[in-house]
Amino acid sequence: MSAPAISFHNLTLGYDRHPAVHHITGEVAQGALLAVVGSNGAGKSTLLKAIVGELKPLSGRLDLHGNGKHDIAYLPQVVDIDRGFPISVFDCVAMGLWHETGASGGLDPSCDARVAEALETVSLTGLAARPVGALSGGQFQRVLFARLLLQDAKIILLDEPFRAVDARTIADLIRLIGQWQGEGRTVIAVLHDIELVRRYFPETLLLARDVLAWGETPSVLTPVNLDRSRRFDEAFDDHAAVCHTDEARETA
Amino acid sequence: MIHAVLDPFVEFAFMRRALVGCLAISMTAPPIGVFLMLRRMSLMGDAMGHAILPGAAIGYLLAGLSLFAMSLGGFAAGLAVALAAGLVARSRVIREDASLAGFYLISLALGVFLVSVHGTNVDLLHVLFGSVLALNDAALLLVASIATVSLVTLAVIYRPLVLECFDPYYLRSVSHWSSPTHLIFLVLVVLNLVAGFQALGTLMAVGIMLLPAVGARFWADNAGGMIAVAIVAALLSSFAGLLISYHYNVPTGPTVILACGAFYLFSMLAGRRGGALWGLMPAKHLEA
Repeated sequence: MSAPAISFHNLTLGYDRHPAVHHITGEVAQGALLAVVGSNGAGKSTLLKAIVGELKPLSGRLDLHGNGKHDIAYLPQVVDIDRGFPISVFDCVAMGLWHETGASGGLDPSCDARVAEALETVSLTGLAARPVGALSGGQFQRVLFARLLLQDAKIILLDEPFRAVDARTIADLIRLIGQWQGEGRTVIAVLHDIELVRRYFPETLLLARDVLAWGETPSVLTPVNLDRSRRFDEAFDDHAAVCHTDEARETA
Repeated sequence: MIHAVLDPFVEFAFMRRALVGCLAISMTAPPIGVFLMLRRMSLMGDAMGHAILPGAAIGYLLAGLSLFAMSLGGFAAGLAVALAAGLVARSRVIREDASLAGFYLISLALGVFLVSVHGTNVDLLHVLFGSVLALNDAALLLVASIATVSLVTLAVIYRPLVLECFDPYYLRSVSHWSSPTHLIFLVLVVLNLVAGFQALGTLMAVGIMLLPAVGARFWADNAGGMIAVAIVAALLSSFAGLLISYHYNVPTGPTVILACGAFYLFSMLAGRRGGALWGLMPAKHLEA
């Protein structure tokens, strides 16, 4: 097994002291293609937010093995994008080159060519000059993928990337994800479509606040595990007692 | 005709000063207004205009009708309110509009309180509505400096600012520019309101910032184009406003803003991007 890209050391994440991800320990290898599966409120998005640094751990440790801001590309589930903003598809995708251009660097012709290439990869070449507000939901999702493509990151986090996307586009995007893995990038995707996970993702993490199973997809997505996942109770208990797992582990 | 347009400026120094002051403001305030609008903070300009009041009033009470003292006070008060509101909003418990409303109302009440306790309502009107026809060298220099500083700063933070408006999460995920950009932008808003309040008064300053910007949305569909349209509209409105106020002997500040307002109404009707009149003349749809 190759070197780890991300390691969780007994990591607990949550909001207002209530854990959303509870005592997760494990490693994501470099070049892994990992699907994160679980019911609503199981902590999938929370885990990705912690990796990008949006959320500080309640306890435990997250090790990115030297990967910084520029090495992680993140496609959030709820995109807080102002679709009415007057900006062209081309300019929006070109923002993916931020790590090269910074705040004031210019776009030279080779950058233009790469933006055009990224647009071609997601079959949006003809729409480059249109304002983003004129795109459909699926087309816009492809714009975000094109931008992700240009970020050229070692670790790519996708939170439910296939919302509002038709079957043909999903096939295109899956091919893209496969290509990323082929290039040695680490891809972690939160997904709901179990069939999709079985077909394309070699490794799966099944979450229900605690880790239910983590490993090769066929051994994780068993009927027994999926049944346990479905019975997960997402509500926080307002009167929950303080968790003593860590102390117990230390004294043991 | 040519005499009616040029003579006032040839004959009277105060008209030339007013023109220079208004042109300087027209170069710098509208781009700020474009970004305020794109950030859906159009009404923030108005709120900030009020927030400047106590500072300007304190300056006025301490130093009389000294533009420098009033500007400095206004800048300090506006900056305090903008930064406090911005920082509270960054904590994400309440949104920026709510936190700004809280701070600017306190500030406005304090301003009215100060002016009422120590002065008369005539003074208050003077602070609120400015005196474009009484700009001295120092005031012109201040307005021109502010215009220069804000245009250069805007050029430096242009890309992060566009991204901060369009997709703030992305900006935060790729760089550390998000918070600095936001705070620098707030400083620019305050600076420009202070510059405008020299010439047009606190309330009118907001007009020249926002009306050309809002109208420009009907003509351009990218931020750069909108900024160009807004600046040209503000320049022409300033010129027209000064001339009309001279020839018909009406108050200058409001006339300039009304000229901007006329541009906005015209854009709403005739603008190429969604103007109402174009909707009345539907063109046949295309094949693909």
